[in-house]
Amino acid sequence: MPAGTLYRGREGMWSWVAHRVTGVLIFFFLFVHVLDTALVRVSPEAYDTVVATYKTPIVALLEYGLVAAILFHALNGLRVIAVDFWLQGARYQKQMLWTVVAVWVVLMIGALYPVLGHAVRELFGS
Amino acid sequence: MSTSESTASGIGPVEGASLYSVDNPAPVIEPPRKRTRKSPKSTRGNFEMAAWLFMRLSGVVLVVLVIGHLLIQLVLDGGVSKIGFAFVAGRWASPFWQVWDLLMLWLAMLHGANGLRTVINDYAERANTRLWLKGLLYTATVFTILLGTLVIFTFDPNIR
Ligand code: HEM
Ligand code: HEM
Repeated sequence: MPAGTLYRGREGMWSWVAHRVTGVLIFFFLFVHVLDTALVRVSPEAYDTVVATYKTPIVALLEYGLVAAILFHALNGLRVIAVDFWLQGARYQKQMLWTVVAVWVVLMIGALYPVLGHAVRELFGS
Repeated sequence: MSTSESTASGIGPVEGASLYSVDNPAPVIEPPRKRTRKSPKSTRGNFEMAAWLFMRLSGVVLVVLVIGHLLIQLVLDGGVSKIGFAFVAGRWASPFWQVWDLLMLWLAMLHGANGLRTVINDYAERANTRLWLKGLLYTATVFTILLGTLVIFTFDPNIR
């Protein structure tokens, strides 16, 4: 392998890597999610049993991760669309990326209580 | 540099008089690889362009559908704790949420599958590996879309 050919980009490359990783993760989740929802055609008991795992503290943490992945992919996807279709998009791509990160942080803080609150209550009593 | 010195032909005063004028225009150079009547008919469609456009259009719609879905399932009305068979029965009693879920299912699956096709094309270098991975991807995608659609349309709140 020739030396020094590894592309090391800046923010733009990392946002692309994160967009790709989150997209693939969401797809795999969706595959499992359609399978678990299909249990409503088996029996109410089967569905409720499987959905009960969604309510455990560890899975709540995974759900928080899923929310993180979706929010980043959605916000950054809108940025990619703006870069492609908005005339000034390419010029402001960096500012838009930091806007995406800022909005993402705010939304993730807002999601803390709704998504993880019940897990904290279960672990430490209410 | 002064712009007023250059003439329409782009030749400044140093080079002397312009070769071309209104009466003696410069020859038109055809853009390279431009399709003309003489070039053979394209054997490829515009699939990749359609796929590119679909990723963007479906993305905009999915923002509303998926983030709305997450709000309903994880945030509003007690978050995950409320989910159960009875909850789903209540939601799918309304055609509005049936259509919402159906659209979300199809768009997210096609968007994700097309995204994964790109990822496979990027990383699977051997033609055979690509073929198998895409075969697996398309099979899983068709299966999931059909199953999800069937579940929405055949849902029975009185199954028991
Ligand atoms: C952990 C977070 C999630 C929870 C708790 C959840 C919960 C549910 C529930 C209870 C249903 C049953 C129908 C309804 O109430 O609308 C459902 C259906 C569905 N969800 Fe989610 N969901 C989550 C995340 C997602 C995500 C991220 C996506 C998309 C990428 C998604 C896509 C769907 C689809 C397509 C259906 C319809 C399934 C079918 O046709 O059988 N869900 N979800
Ligand atoms: C929430 C709204 C969403 C938006 C705005 C969005 C936007 C986009 C855009 C614009 C692209 C194209 C990127 C490019 O061509 O460089 C893309 C790629 C992708 N998306 Fe989404 N998407 C959304 C939801 C989803 C969902 C629900 C899934 C999974 C089921 C998903 C999986 C993917 C994958 C796997 C790729 C390919 C990544 C790559 O080639 O690097 N996306 N998304």
